[in-house]
Amino acid sequence: MTTIALPRRRFLAVALTASGGLAVGFGRRARAARTLRRASPSPWSEPAPGVELGAWLVIDADDSVLIRVSKSEMGQGIFTALPMIVAEELGCAWSAVRAEYASANRNRRERDVYGRMGTGGSTSVRTLHFALQRVGASARARLVAAAAEIWGVPASTLKVENGAVFHPPTGRSIRFGPLAASAAAITLPREPRIKTPAEYTLIGKPLPRLDAPVKVTGAARFGIDARLPGMLYAALALPPVLGARALHFDAAAILSRRGIKAVVPVPGGLAVIADSFWRAKEAAVVLPVTWSEGAAGFNTAALRARYRAALDGHTATALSRGDPASAIASAPAKLEALYEVPYLAHAPMEPLNCTAHVQADRADVWIGTQNPDLALLWAARASGLPPAKIHIHNAYLGGGFGRRGTNDELPQAIAASKAVGAPVKLVWTRENDIRADRFRPQAAIRMHAGLDHSGLPLAWEMLAAVDSIDASLFGYHPTAGYEQQAVEGLTDTAYAVPHLRVGCALQQTPAPVMFWRSVGYSQNAFAVESFIDEMAHAAAADALAFRRRLLAHRPDYLHLLDVLARAGDWGKPLPPGRGRGLALSESHDTIVGEIAEVAVSPAGTIRVERVIVAVDCGHTVNPHILATQMESAVVYGLTAALYGEITIEKGRVAQGNFDTYPMLRMADCPRIETHLALSGGSKWGGIGEPAVPPAAPALCNAIFAATGRRIRALPLSKASLGGRA
Amino acid sequence: MITLTVNGQTHSLDLEPEMPLLWALRDELGLTGTKFGCGIGQCGACMVLMNGAALRSCLISLADVGNSPITTIEGLAPPGGEPGSHPVQRAWIEHDVPQCGYCQSGQILAAVSLLNWAPDPSDQQIDAAMGNICRCGTYPRIRAAIQRAAALARG
Repeated sequence: MTTIALPRRRFLAVALTASGGLAVGFGRRARAARTLRRASPSPWSEPAPGVELGAWLVIDADDSVLIRVSKSEMGQGIFTALPMIVAEELGCAWSAVRAEYASANRNRRERDVYGRMGTGGSTSVRTLHFALQRVGASARARLVAAAAEIWGVPASTLKVENGAVFHPPTGRSIRFGPLAASAAAITLPREPRIKTPAEYTLIGKPLPRLDAPVKVTGAARFGIDARLPGMLYAALALPPVLGARALHFDAAAILSRRGIKAVVPVPGGLAVIADSFWRAKEAAVVLPVTWSEGAAGFNTAALRARYRAALDGHTATALSRGDPASAIASAPAKLEALYEVPYLAHAPMEPLNCTAHVQADRADVWIGTQNPDLALLWAARASGLPPAKIHIHNAYLGGGFGRRGTNDELPQAIAASKAVGAPVKLVWTRENDIRADRFRPQAAIRMHAGLDHSGLPLAWEMLAAVDSIDASLFGYHPTAGYEQQAVEGLTDTAYAVPHLRVGCALQQTPAPVMFWRSVGYSQNAFAVESFIDEMAHAAAADALAFRRRLLAHRPDYLHLLDVLARAGDWGKPLPPGRGRGLALSESHDTIVGEIAEVAVSPAGTIRVERVIVAVDCGHTVNPHILATQMESAVVYGLTAALYGEITIEKGRVAQGNFDTYPMLRMADCPRIETHLALSGGSKWGGIGEPAVPPAAPALCNAIFAATGRRIRALPLSKASLGGRA
Repeated sequence: MITLTVNGQTHSLDLEPEMPLLWALRDELGLTGTKFGCGIGQCGACMVLMNGAALRSCLISLADVGNSPITTIEGLAPPGGEPGSHPVQRAWIEHDVPQCGYCQSGQILAAVSLLNWAPDPSDQQIDAAMGNICRCGTYPRIRAAIQRAAALARG
């Protein structure tokens, strides 16, 4: 049963005018001669020809299907994975699909038609798969209903395949293109069911990414590639000391330089505006500015003692089970260890940037943002225009990792454009990016366990002293004394421990902090998985067998450990100086286990030879993208473990570029293998972040296996591993 | 006036001789496939080819480029070929290398340069030549794509 909103005659007329394909008849499909651009070079600006079937989907006369993506593509592959979910239900040919960003402006106009557009927390597939399955299924049912109406046959006798509706009894067929307009006018009395996993033909296939071709020709447009007629460029003069602001500046000293137009105060500093970014950047360096003192007394060297002391004081209870204090006191053996991690920068390859064009009645913003709908509100506030007048043109993101969730660059570009009355592209230098980042928090985590006679933990106390992201980012001070990201990875530990307490002492320093790929798990898994390894060693137990005993109630973990052990040659002998380390972490609804294999030279040089990953994200939309995300997260996690550290002296961030904030490169990259241990069911776990947390502890546990040296403070570049006997 | 030859076209530009090539390419010629990543020759996102060898365009001034012909990612495909039809680009697509994609122009040109002097590179040669930073960690795929490109070039 379907309801057709238009009278039949008019509906056919619409179908004729909208299809074009009808002119040559249904049988002779003039397959489009033009090459289908699967992902447009400029994801922000494609006016879509064709017929909309709801806000997510446009079908063109040539049967091409445009699927709108409400999340940001920052490398994690959602520009391919989300359209796959829609196409699976729609029944179109995958080769006919192209992807484009959904409009944040339209989301605003049409009352959240795309829902929340923020990308973070590995949520895109997790939170959207069901809605997108329904978008595809509903569109297919409407296309079928339209064909049924044309042929005068029951919809139940029709089949959909490869972008066409078929009537098997008569052998007739109609392509989606000519059907789209009539289908768009149909309202279904009841939404159709979605497929069961056994019926999937696209989901689960390792399809290539739609955005790869435009990313190997230089055609892909990132925010930094925006170009507008009459556009000016802005470079920043930022305070050298955290929290300082400009008291006085001498614009005249640089205005005589070629191309320099103005110096404009913007949030966080000053913008030097010129007709070329290079001219602006060179002038910003020599602009005379008197800065306020700022946090000139702030030194990260003093923080370790402060965070350790905080662990000795009062900690807010984030979780308490049983009676850990007395259980530890009465346990036959005890173990205690302290783990410490530094501030980290995000350092996406594309430095932050934003191009703004503020006019009297509208403002346009070109940016790569993880939060286009919030960016719209930030732009409204910064420009003074109502949100309906703001147009966010989201670009491909040259990396995000959490940094592009808060667009500090956006109000700066708006202020610059308003001041000069022209479009302005504002670009951060790498030094701006590192020094004005909002860092991954510094933390000290103390583990204290009471062990039974076999060495298993009877009671476990986990205490974390860590910067508050809520306070730094939102000015919100949690009344409970802890926040989720401070204790995630601790309170939700899967290990069966009868008595458990998680305590938290939130810290605030002048260093701004924010979400960094995998957030609290990034430091807490390091502490938990290192400590498990220490407990296993104290019990003279195999680290994998020890974990199995604590996870006996979790068949999903046990299966994953089996897969991991087999793939990672667990237990096989290694030559001296080599070792394997294991770590597990469950975050974002996904379990990841990693085995790192390292070689440590007598001089103490660490070489990570290979990393074996086993992953259970329930279902996988695209196992190729899944594998690349595991590789990506392993590299991100190893980079931080090996080298990552932001230090601040007298309020000045000591690091500024890749020479002082080094990255893992090709020569140091291990072989990485991904093995699936999928448990199916209702779980569609995230994949962008969950492989980051196990990387550091797997590496450090491997170093322990190779050398007997236990690493409890990161990064490893600060640990001295040389001089072994 | 500066004379600059890029992708077979000669441009006459009123620019400072000390301006780094990167900014002339991006802001003056609109060839935005060449990326800004660090500005100090560390990351390689800005790589271009000069006389067939990879070069970090953020470090070389227009004066130092002189009359040497420059090839950017936009000019990599053989004359008359489709964009992306260079063997290295084809291998990159076959191995679906890019994630965020920002560093890939530089990675591809570094690989082209490597294959110009080592048509069948060993892992050690790849390690030595491919020093560009990829924050997404596409290194294993880049390595495989270089080996594939070498095979494609052999025909």
